[in-house]
Amino acid sequence: MRLTGARMVLEALRLEKADLVFGYPGGAVLPLYDQLYDAQVRHIMSRHEQGAIHAADGYSRASGRPGIVFATSGPGATNLVTGIATAYMDSVPMVIFTGQVATPMIGTDAFQEADITGITLPITKHNYLVKDVHELPRIIKEAFYIATTGRCGPVLIDLPRDIQAAEADFRYPQEVFIPGYNPTYQGHPGQIARAAKLLSRARKPVIYAGGGVVYSGAHGELLELAESTGIPVTTTLMGLSGFPGGHDLALGMLGMHGTYWANMAVNDADLLLAVGARFDDRVTGKVSRFAPGAKIIHIDIDPAEIGKNVRVDIPIVGDVRLVLSELLKKTAKADTAVWLEQITEWRRAAPLHYCQDPEGELCPQYVIEKLYEETGGAALITTEVGQHQMWTAQYYRFNHPRSFASSGGLGTMGYGFPASLGMQAARPTELVFCIAGDGSFQMNIQELATAVGYRLPVKVAIINNQYLGMVRQWQQMFYRSRYSSVELQQGPDFVKVAEAYGALGLRAQKPSEVGPALRRAIETDGPVVIDFRVRPEENVFPMVPPGSAINEMIRGESK
Amino acid sequence: MKYVLAVLVENKPGVLARVAGLFSRRGFNIESLAVGRTLDRSLSRMTLEVDADEKTLEQVVKQLNKLINVLKISNLTLEPSVNRELVLIKVRADAVNRSEIQQIAETFRAKIVDVSLQSLIIEVTGNEEKIEAITLLLAHYGILEVARTGKIALLRGSKTTKNGGI
Ligand SMILES: Cc1ncc(C[n+]2csc(CCOP(=O)(O)OP(=O)(O)O)c2C)c(N)n1
Ligand SMILES: [Mg+2]
Repeated sequence: MRLTGARMVLEALRLEKADLVFGYPGGAVLPLYDQLYDAQVRHIMSRHEQGAIHAADGYSRASGRPGIVFATSGPGATNLVTGIATAYMDSVPMVIFTGQVATPMIGTDAFQEADITGITLPITKHNYLVKDVHELPRIIKEAFYIATTGRCGPVLIDLPRDIQAAEADFRYPQEVFIPGYNPTYQGHPGQIARAAKLLSRARKPVIYAGGGVVYSGAHGELLELAESTGIPVTTTLMGLSGFPGGHDLALGMLGMHGTYWANMAVNDADLLLAVGARFDDRVTGKVSRFAPGAKIIHIDIDPAEIGKNVRVDIPIVGDVRLVLSELLKKTAKADTAVWLEQITEWRRAAPLHYCQDPEGELCPQYVIEKLYEETGGAALITTEVGQHQMWTAQYYRFNHPRSFASSGGLGTMGYGFPASLGMQAARPTELVFCIAGDGSFQMNIQELATAVGYRLPVKVAIINNQYLGMVRQWQQMFYRSRYSSVELQQGPDFVKVAEAYGALGLRAQKPSEVGPALRRAIETDGPVVIDFRVRPEENVFPMVPPGSAINEMIRGESK
Repeated sequence: MKYVLAVLVENKPGVLARVAGLFSRRGFNIESLAVGRTLDRSLSRMTLEVDADEKTLEQVVKQLNKLINVLKISNLTLEPSVNRELVLIKVRADAVNRSEIQQIAETFRAKIVDVSLQSLIIEVTGNEEKIEAITLLLAHYGILEVARTGKIALLRGSKTTKNGGI
């Protein structure tokens, strides 16, 4: 079958069973977009390439399938950079096709030329510049394989215009042959046996679960392990949906804004089982004093994560789900009763707290708790970045894997709203909420047009504190309240913005208005923006100040 | 400590940039780097000299392994191996001291490859100590310029670091 390069891309997408592409057209991808005109695959046009790539990321996190993106050369490609880096940091599988100037023009500073393979070298799992159309089928096959296996990540294919137009025989390979790429899935049985032995002997064990649990589909195995051994589980931001938040053994999130009892437990543990987590500095605090008394077992699919930040006693390289199911066969109930009692005491001593005066200013935490109540914890949630993100992690209890998407590694403001569109596109019948900050939402607010245009009925709950709240909190706490460039009082009027785009805009200022606003949003068929006017100077606690160990928390103003 | 790594990579455009970029981005130091094709023209061999502690070295190797175009990494540091570097040294020399310098070169089995009225170019091959020793001696006469290839290395005996016996 002789096909043009552009046609090959669409054929390959069909064979990879891709049903949805996110993108934005331009001169260097005209052949690709011409093929889209009568292709089966759906295309969602964003209003900014960053919106497209975050949407593809959200689609992937909600579905487990790779996100697919098209963008043109030069500015189209560079507009993707933040989204690619976001996906790379959070190990999200994506295949990105960018247009490029024609091969004879490469290197001449041609119109809309940017060296996107050079630019994205450090933020892709791998990338390709296609110089011969005959290689295109193999390259696309490899790209999908690399993106979706081992530790997942974004792969970019740069397609010069003449390659899109050139013809060659198309035979899509069944197999890949990549001699330098060979992920390990099965854990080492000897190491697993040693781990099981340590687990059964531990008196103060804690499971520390990260995004790897969600990505490998190991939530069932994790739950079984926790219940059969009686070991409590704390999760990272990325791991939140990997363990039911309301479970007796759930400690909530650990780290900088983790719960008091999760941090105390990790600090005091004699054994830490790290599962698909990478000891990020937001988790460990001062790393030399992290879990000082604990032996550490680390299960991860990426060997480079093991021993990178902390010393590990038992490394196990492999797929988290496969390793946990092997581990389950060898573990027994541990004697954790006294330990669990101790944790309950910590929980009682310093619960998460805020004070909602029924007639007073609206507390942001109250909005999140109400949102949890009104959705029964069943919604798909994305967040932007800032205080609202941390309150979501603290107060919303996630019970289903892949029900939460947030930019954990890169901390990208502007991620959450477009990501929610991707989640909605992946799971059209489910309720999707984006919990946004008034600052972050404005970074990709233009995607309201995409939501309305494609009938993606996402609900945006803006926790509007009229500040870049997280930055303001740091300035208040560590820079003597010298508020520098953090005020957002000038608006815009988000209700009017929503209406201007053709969405429903609602506002709630009093506690009594929260429930009704949420219910109205949930009952509405289309996209809704709710402007929750919350107390401006509320802070997130507990907080591990930078440079401190995680048991040295500031527990917050008592009210 | 200095480590010598032999890294077998696919001979494709951009591979050197991937390796070099990885080092700079992760804050690893490359002391020297030599690249050349292998018998199999689709592969290149990089010899890297890295100054690092043990933990950093472990990260270097693991991160290199993650590059799709990297096929194999061998740590030659602690294995019996032959290490060589070729150096060209342009040294100040006149009629008075030329023969003296020639004698030094001979002692080190180095070659004089260019002669002018004011200078000589000496080509010397060897391991680090040898190159350091001759450089020190020649510095006495005034070294004008030096060019080095970077270290290359092979395991001693019939053992190889090749990929699948190429
Ligand atoms: C793209 C980007 N720019 C800057 C930052 C730094 N930053 C982190 S949180 C934050 C404030 C976010 O404000 P808002 O969205 O209103 O959330 P809030 O903290 O008020 O809940 C800023 C500026 C960032 N994370 N991402
Ligand atoms: Mg704000």
